[in-house]
Amino acid sequence: MRTLLLIVVVLMLAACAQQPPKDASLYHELGEQAGITRIVEGMLLNIAADPRIVRHFENIDIVRLRDKLVEQICVEAGGPCSYTGDSMEESHKGQHLTPSDFNALVENLQDAMSAQGVNMAAQNRLLARLAPMRAQIIDR
Amino acid sequence: MTNLPRAVVLLLGLLTNLAWADGRLLATGGASSIEGAAGGGITPWAVLSGYGERGEWGADVFATRVETGDYRLDVAGVGASFDNRIELSYARQRFDLGTLARNLNLPENSLSQDIFGLKVRLFGDLIYEQLPQVSVGIQHKRQKDFLIPSLIGAQRSEDTEGYISASRLILGGAFGYNLLLNGGVRYSRANELGLLGFGGDRRDRHSVLKEGSLAVLFNPRWALGVEYREKPDNLSFAGESDWADLFLGYFPNKHLAVVLAYARLGEIATLDNQDGVYLSVQGSF
Repeated sequence: MRTLLLIVVVLMLAACAQQPPKDASLYHELGEQAGITRIVEGMLLNIAADPRIVRHFENIDIVRLRDKLVEQICVEAGGPCSYTGDSMEESHKGQHLTPSDFNALVENLQDAMSAQGVNMAAQNRLLARLAPMRAQIIDR
Repeated sequence: MTNLPRAVVLLLGLLTNLAWADGRLLATGGASSIEGAAGGGITPWAVLSGYGERGEWGADVFATRVETGDYRLDVAGVGASFDNRIELSYARQRFDLGTLARNLNLPENSLSQDIFGLKVRLFGDLIYEQLPQVSVGIQHKRQKDFLIPSLIGAQRSEDTEGYISASRLILGGAFGYNLLLNGGVRYSRANELGLLGFGGDRRDRHSVLKEGSLAVLFNPRWALGVEYREKPDNLSFAGESDWADLFLGYFPNKHLAVVLAYARLGEIATLDNQDGVYLSVQGSF
């Protein structure tokens, strides 16, 4: 029982609140502005071919979406950017996204990062930055 | 065993008419444990079988063999989950007594049992929420060849046990690689999973038994890990060892998983040093 409690405590600490990135190392590993742009564009192309979630991306300004996603990932990776888009709650309002939709996007992002040759540790660091946003994105 | 293929066909037929389930990320349905519940090899995890998320079905079928030289365990089973909330599973185990049956001229050379499992996710999420995913489960076990277990002191051929399990995938938790942690507690009096019956001449009460595992995912498809499972010691005729294994899991896609392991099973029914090879193949739908 003590082992279980210890594990639970460790897991809770690991899931603690989001801190700002402490340096720009992830930004560099993702290939800076150009690399992040290629990752975002790759992800959007993957989504365009993904029947699970493509409907959520119809009738939106895809160029603006790309620019805001690049800004956002740049900020989360510790890069020299500022995010000028709407809040996560605001931008997903009325879409009623499910946990499955969120995971589908994660898979499209992973594929895009792999296609750009981003190493696994950097991929996981970015996913760990984005994972806490799920609560602000789904069920809006 | 003859009913199993029919059950599988029925289940598959049912599933083709239901919401297709691949809402969860690769490998997050785990493999199938030797008792049928989604998990590792020798322990259940808090995850549910298949890849169904909210409102979706998930299911898997599996076959597993553990070969120690002296003994062989064959398991086949099915699991199904709905809504990433509730899991039902069935497993048939056949334990081949091999060396022991020959040495002792035993009346039967194998022991079988059926395991019916129910698991419910209580709260939390494997990856995303603040709390780890925590599930509780019960397993009802029916030993089918009770003559030998009854002769060595087992008290009953049928019993129900419960467990609670917590699982968490920590993104980048192992030097940048994803780390899966799992811990649980079982309340059981099963002798060697129940293959040697339930309760014994030495002890006939349920024990609180710890289980745990840890795995590193080198990428979404490959996992390397260790498992540990505490076991009770109810029978005076022979000791029962805790189990451990080192496993390599391969998840090429959301329909297939292969797990190869080296298992240290210790003393089983008087034969000591039962180290063996474990191979499990799982299909998910």
